[in-house]
Amino acid sequence: MGIRERLSGNEAAAIAMKQINPDVVAAFPITPSTEIPQYFSTFVSNGQVDTEFVAVESEHSAMSACIGAESAGARAMTATSANGLSLMWEMIYIASSLRLPIVMSLVNRAVSGPLNIHNDHSDAMGVRDAGWIMLFSENNQEAYDNLLMAHRIAEHKDVMLPLMVCQDGFITSHSIENIELLEDEKVKAFVGTYHPEHYLLNDKEPIAVGPLDLQAYLFEHKFQQGLAMKNAKKVIADVSKEFEALTGRKYEFFEKYKMDDAEQVIVCMNSTAGTAKAAVDELRAQGIKAGLLKIRMFRPFPAEEVATALKNAKSIAVLDKADSLNGAGGALFEDTISGMYVSNIHVPTVNYIYGIGGRDTTVNDIKKVYWDLQEISNTGNIGNPYRYLGLRG
Amino acid sequence: MAYNHKEVVANKPSRFTSGHRMCAGCGAPSVARMILRALKPEDHAVIAGATGCMEVSTFIYPYTSWTDSFIHTAFECAGATLSGAEAAYKSLKKQGKLPENKTTKFIAFGGDGGTYDIGLQSLSGAMERGHDMVYVCYDNGAYMNTGIQRSSATPKFADTTTTPAGSVIPGKMQSRKDLAKIMVGHHLPYVAQSIALNNYKDLYEKAEKAIYTEGACFLNVLAPCPRGWGYNTEDLMQINKLAVETCYWPLYEVIDGVYHITYKPANKLPIEEFLKPQKRFKHMFKPGNEWMIEEFQKEVDSRWQELLDLEEMTNK
Repeated sequence: MGIRERLSGNEAAAIAMKQINPDVVAAFPITPSTEIPQYFSTFVSNGQVDTEFVAVESEHSAMSACIGAESAGARAMTATSANGLSLMWEMIYIASSLRLPIVMSLVNRAVSGPLNIHNDHSDAMGVRDAGWIMLFSENNQEAYDNLLMAHRIAEHKDVMLPLMVCQDGFITSHSIENIELLEDEKVKAFVGTYHPEHYLLNDKEPIAVGPLDLQAYLFEHKFQQGLAMKNAKKVIADVSKEFEALTGRKYEFFEKYKMDDAEQVIVCMNSTAGTAKAAVDELRAQGIKAGLLKIRMFRPFPAEEVATALKNAKSIAVLDKADSLNGAGGALFEDTISGMYVSNIHVPTVNYIYGIGGRDTTVNDIKKVYWDLQEISNTGNIGNPYRYLGLRG
Repeated sequence: MAYNHKEVVANKPSRFTSGHRMCAGCGAPSVARMILRALKPEDHAVIAGATGCMEVSTFIYPYTSWTDSFIHTAFECAGATLSGAEAAYKSLKKQGKLPENKTTKFIAFGGDGGTYDIGLQSLSGAMERGHDMVYVCYDNGAYMNTGIQRSSATPKFADTTTTPAGSVIPGKMQSRKDLAKIMVGHHLPYVAQSIALNNYKDLYEKAEKAIYTEGACFLNVLAPCPRGWGYNTEDLMQINKLAVETCYWPLYEVIDGVYHITYKPANKLPIEEFLKPQKRFKHMFKPGNEWMIEEFQKEVDSRWQELLDLEEMTNK
């Protein structure tokens, strides 16, 4: 039986890192993820981990150092948010192309500008095509659990890709909630030790990493990266099952909340799913067949599975906490509807951009979306598919 | 033991193999080769390269010229990348996950663009954190890989593709940044300026000190570029010699803050001797432009004097 605690999302992430005991952590302070390296530094200073903590001078260097460390044969981790991830952007692509299973805690925050320190998903959406596995977390428990599963997924020989675990800035990172932790030795046994196949520090087999890769090879290398991302699906499913056997906590590609007979369905990610569950419960009490599909695995995107899960709905709203500013809907919306289209599933679907820059999204806001969906179901009229929630008129 | 070039070359095979695509007459490959020769044969090395001529010419998939482990990530972060590898070494060594009797050394190579300019922050961070590594800047005084654009290492008045010597603006109008001094300002245990000169004694000995001094060390090595500077490829070693004999590129080392000038020309040559064989300074020799040579000479003189003063001051 686990250890009952009360922790913030950042504390949960830092404790997961302590239990994982990575060889190297390189990080730079940025709100709201700052506390993660801060707590972790205490573990380093008190000798509770074997980690070399590299207090770099920027996020670009944080990711560069993680790449150097992971290539050298170490387990490397970092944490960041928003502009920190933007500054890393160049290195984010390099990390995945070098097939380095680096693990990052991303505490989601609005990317500048103008400057805003509060939660939305614009940081994560900026790297959605960068070749990282992206797991989203509704609360502190999920942020912790996803981190414990991260290395098993990322380091799998069929995968070898970096992985980021997302949680909502402040809403999750700074809210203290109940959590069930695993014992240190159970984490150690579950995560296991890292045995890289090729690494810089192996003097018996020197290697060269990061070539000039021209027309004759880059295409095939990118194809292999894509293949690894596809392979990650099975590995994520397998590792999640193993984790369930250990903890009793079930994780799938997405969570279906009251979906069995649902007619009006919301698709969203991270903490908003908690708010949406409260709305679903209230509406169900009124006889409205509301359901929720909470995406956990955003990359690789489970397009076919999502489409199948949505096929019996009468109307769907996809909630994006980042505006793609493209005149054609947010990223989660686009992924969802293209998945449905390819599977030949056609259900009236609309997009809501919401919560930008930390704009509060309440149970009543979510209920309004379900009422809009009822209207669409009743009239068959979609109206404007590109909508906003909580935007002042 | 006194340096013996023949013995070094005979007993220490090159760890940087031929077949790379660097230009004929380029100063950089011999610098890399000689620095790596300063490694003890039994030691392993992890080498980081910043994007630039050297990286794109020595590691084109699926070939590499580096017999040690090598990593390239991007232009501006050889310092940070190598600091991560060094941190991994420290951590794994401490945990007993690496062979106890094996030593790995860490060496970064970056051009002046990747070091003086875009990589300055990453370099400064790595040096300040004191990683046990050597950062080598092979300074060819411009962005040669992308086609001779000015950098903050480009000397004043040089004709580059972004500071063309025009009818109104006669080349680069700003002076060269003094990177070695910036590194001295980091209070590193070892900082040196060197060049491939004569029998490579200066470069070899400084590389050896930098590699085997514990902590973060910095080497700034002038590495002429025949395309960017406009000299005949066979004149490389002559250009190097003139850079030193004119005091354009003084050879010195700073050990724990104490300056030692490692070569003082008996007869300091006028700067024209260095400038004249290079097409990038051709416009300075046109009638009416004598002021440019005078100004250049003045700067060389004042920087040389400053160095003499620093040596005197720090050895008191």
